[in-house]
Amino acid sequence: MEMPRPNPQILARKSELIARLSKVLPSDAVISDPVETRAYECDALTAYKCPPLAAVLPSSTQEVSDVLRICHDMGVPVVPRGSGTSLAGGALPTEDSVILGVARLNEVLDTDYDNRFIRVQSGRTNLSVTGAVEQDGFFYAPDPSSQLACAIAGNIAMNSGGAHCLKYGVTTNNLLGVTMVLMDGTVIELGGAHLDAAGYDLLGLICGSEGQLGVVTEATLRILHKPEGARPVLMGFDSNEVAGQCVSDIIKAGVLPVAIEFMDRPCIRACEAFAKAGYPDCEALLIVEVEGSDAEIDEQLETIMQIAQSHNPVELRQSTSAEESAKIWLGRKSAFGAMGQINDYMCLDGTIPVNELPFVLKRIGEMSAEFGLDVANVFHAGDGNMHPLILFDANKPGDLERCEALGAEILKLCVEVGGCLTGEHGVGIEKRDLMVDQYAPEDLGIQMAVKDVFDPNWLLNPAKVFPLAASEPHRIAAE
Amino acid sequence: MLTPQTEAELAAIVAKAEGPFRVQGGGTRPIGAASNATVLTTRALAGVELYEPGALTLVVKAGTPLSEVEALLTAEGQRLPFEPMDHRGMLGTTGTPTIGGVFAANVSGPRRIQAGAARDYLLGVRFVDGRGKVLRNGGRVMKNVTGYDLVKLMAGSFGTLGVLTEVALKVLPDTATTATLTLPGLDDVTAVKALSRALGSPFEVTGAAHRPHGPDSQPQTLLRLEGSEKSVAYRASELAKILAPFGTLDIMHDTASSLKIWRDIRDVAPFQVADGDVWRLSVKPSDAPGVVAQIPRAQALYDWGGGLIWLLVPPGTAADRVRAPLATVAGHATMIRGADAGPAFHPLDPTVQSLHHALRQKFDPRGLFNPSLMGQAA
Repeated sequence: MEMPRPNPQILARKSELIARLSKVLPSDAVISDPVETRAYECDALTAYKCPPLAAVLPSSTQEVSDVLRICHDMGVPVVPRGSGTSLAGGALPTEDSVILGVARLNEVLDTDYDNRFIRVQSGRTNLSVTGAVEQDGFFYAPDPSSQLACAIAGNIAMNSGGAHCLKYGVTTNNLLGVTMVLMDGTVIELGGAHLDAAGYDLLGLICGSEGQLGVVTEATLRILHKPEGARPVLMGFDSNEVAGQCVSDIIKAGVLPVAIEFMDRPCIRACEAFAKAGYPDCEALLIVEVEGSDAEIDEQLETIMQIAQSHNPVELRQSTSAEESAKIWLGRKSAFGAMGQINDYMCLDGTIPVNELPFVLKRIGEMSAEFGLDVANVFHAGDGNMHPLILFDANKPGDLERCEALGAEILKLCVEVGGCLTGEHGVGIEKRDLMVDQYAPEDLGIQMAVKDVFDPNWLLNPAKVFPLAASEPHRIAAE
Repeated sequence: MLTPQTEAELAAIVAKAEGPFRVQGGGTRPIGAASNATVLTTRALAGVELYEPGALTLVVKAGTPLSEVEALLTAEGQRLPFEPMDHRGMLGTTGTPTIGGVFAANVSGPRRIQAGAARDYLLGVRFVDGRGKVLRNGGRVMKNVTGYDLVKLMAGSFGTLGVLTEVALKVLPDTATTATLTLPGLDDVTAVKALSRALGSPFEVTGAAHRPHGPDSQPQTLLRLEGSEKSVAYRASELAKILAPFGTLDIMHDTASSLKIWRDIRDVAPFQVADGDVWRLSVKPSDAPGVVAQIPRAQALYDWGGGLIWLLVPPGTAADRVRAPLATVAGHATMIRGADAGPAFHPLDPTVQSLHHALRQKFDPRGLFNPSLMGQAA
C-alpha cells in the first residue's frame, strides 16, 4: 500500500516539534523515543506498519487544541487515534506524522436520564458508555464487535455499526452533539442535548469522516432504556437462496427483528469446531433475535417461526432460556476468533442490497476457487452488511497480495450489484484505491472540497479515504 | 418558473444560469425570507426508480409527490418512519408536497423521538450543484461509510447546496394498531416530567406531546403506542403503572381516532387557523417549559417529549424576543410563519457560520441557490 513520501523538512525539525509539544503537555504525554513510538506503528490492520515521528496523549480539549495549533504552525500531519482497533488502517501513521491519541480523555461528563443522553469524553470505550448507565437500566445502542476496546472517537470517525443496527441504527443515528477541534486549534460545538442542530447537518458530515475534518474530544450520545428481554431463534437451511428468501419474507411480514445474522457453511464449520455451539452442519444458518416482554417476544417469534417453517429448514430452534440464548450467540460471536485459529484472515466489510445475497455468495464461491483462497461469510443479513473472511497464510510469499486482490474483486462485486465498499469499518488506506470504482471523479472531488474547507492544509489524516492520485492536487496545493 | 423535465436539462439550466434561483419541490414549505428570484422546481422529475419491500428500500426521483410515495408504501404495509409534517395548513400553501422537499427541509414529525429524523432514513442522493454538475453520494444500502456522508449534509440544507434530483431511502413496516394515552390537567413542568418518565421506559413510546390548552382549554398530555394489538395493550397497562404518580391514564384504543390526533399534532393543527406568528424551537426537553415561560404572550404546543416547542406569538413579534431565552439555553428557533424580518433560520456561532459559508462557496460558487436562506452569523 503506497503512502506519501515523508517530508524531510519535517523529519529534520523533530526536536523543535518535541520541544514545543512538551511545553503544552505533561512530560508523560509526549512520546518520541523510537522504541516507544513503535506501539503506535499500526492499528488492527497489522499488515501495514510505520512508526510515527511522535505520539501525544492529551487529557483535555485545551491540550488537543494546543497540540493541533503547534502542528498546524509547523505543517506537521496529524493522525488521530481512538483505541487503534481500525480494520481499515484509519490510524496508520506516516513517518513524518504525529499520532494524537485520545485514550486519556475517558471521563463521563454528564448523565441525564430525564433527557436520555450521556456526555462523555471521546476516548472512552464504547462498552464503558453502556457500563456507565446500565445499573439504571439504560444502554448505548451501537455495538461494534470491538466494543470492549474501541473508543467513541473512533466510532464517530468511522460511523461504526454493530449487530443491532437494523433496529437502532448506527453511530450517526445515535450521536447528538460533539465538541470538536479543527486543525488550526479552533474549538467548535455542534449539536447538543437538543435534537437537530441549527444550520447544516455538520454533525452528520463529521460522523464517518475518518478523522479528516477535526478531532472530536467530547460527545453527547443518545441512551435508551433496555428492552425487557430478548430472545434468538436459530435456523438452518440447505441453500443460501432459501435463507436469503427467508430474511426477505421476515422483513416483508412487518416484523422488525433487532438482529438477523447469517453464516455460510465454511463459517458454520469453523465456529462449531471452535465454540461447540451445537450448530447444524448445513449450507446457511440464520440467527434472528427479537426484543420485548415475554408475551411480545412470543408473538413476534410465532410469525417468524411460521415463515421459517414454510422454507423447510433443516434446523429450527427457539431459545428457551438465557443459557440457550448465550449458546446460540456463542458461535457467531466467536467467528473471528475461530477463523484466527485456523489461519490468517482478512475481514471485508462491503454492503449489498439484501435481495442480491444469493447471487453474491455464489460469485464469492467462484472467485474463491479462482484465487485458490477459502472464504467464509458472516453477515448482518437484515441490512446487507457482509463480512467475507478471506483465509490466507501470511508466511507464504504472495499470499497476502493474492488475498488483497481477491478482496478488491469481492468489494467491486458489492458495488456492481448496487452496494458499497464499506458498511461500517471505513475506507482508511485499505479501500482508498477502490473509491474510483464506487464514485465518479466529480463525486470524489466534492468530498475533497469539503476537506479543503475544514482542513485547508490537508494535515489531518491526509493519506486516507481518497486515492493518493486524486488527493495529490489538494495536498500539493496545501503545501 | 423553470420546470426541467430531466436531470440533464436541470444541469444545463444551472450551468448556463446568470441569476439566482428559488429552488422548490412543490413549493408548500416557503420557510425563510421571500425572494423574487426565478423559481426552479423539480416537480417534473418524478417517478419511482426502485422499490424493494423485502430490503426496506425505495429509490425515487425528487419531484415525486409525497402522497404517491405514501400510497406505494401503504400498499406493501410499509411507511415513512419519520412521519413528515404537511405544512400546507400552517402556511396556507396549495401545492403538492414532494419527497425531495421533505428531505431538503429535513421534515420529521412526532415519531422523530423514537424512529429518528428524515435525515436518518436518507441513504443516498443525486443532485445538481451550483456549477451544473450532477453529483452522487451515499447509495441504496442501509449501512454505508464509503467516503464522506454528504447525504446528511444535503438533508435540511433547504436547496442551498444543490438541487436534489433523486433520493434513496430506508422505509419500515407499518404498524397494525395505534393507541393514545392521555393525562389531564398537568402544568408544563410536570407534563414534561411525565413524558420523560414514559420515554425513559422500555415501552417504546412513539409520540409524546403536551397541549397546555387542549380540549376545553384544559391541559392534555399525550402518549402514543404503536404495534400489534396485544403489545400495545400490554405496554399501555405498564405505562399506566409507572405514570400513576402523575394521575390516571386514559387509554384510547381506537386506531382511527389516534391517527387523527397525531396527524393534528404533526401538522400543529391548533395553530393553523389561529392569528399570529408561528415558531419552532428545539431544546433539551427539561429546558422547554422555562423557555416558554420567558417569552411574553406565547402559546405553546410541546412535541418530542417537550424538546420540540411550537410557539404561537402575536403577529410581528421580534425574532430577538423569541430567541432571547436561547442566550442561556442550548437550542435553536426557526420562524415558520411570520412577518418579522427574522432571520428565520437560527443565527450561527461565527466559526460554524464561516464553515457554512465556505461549504456553500464550494457547492454553489456563484451563489445561485436560495441565496437568502440559512447561514446567518449570530
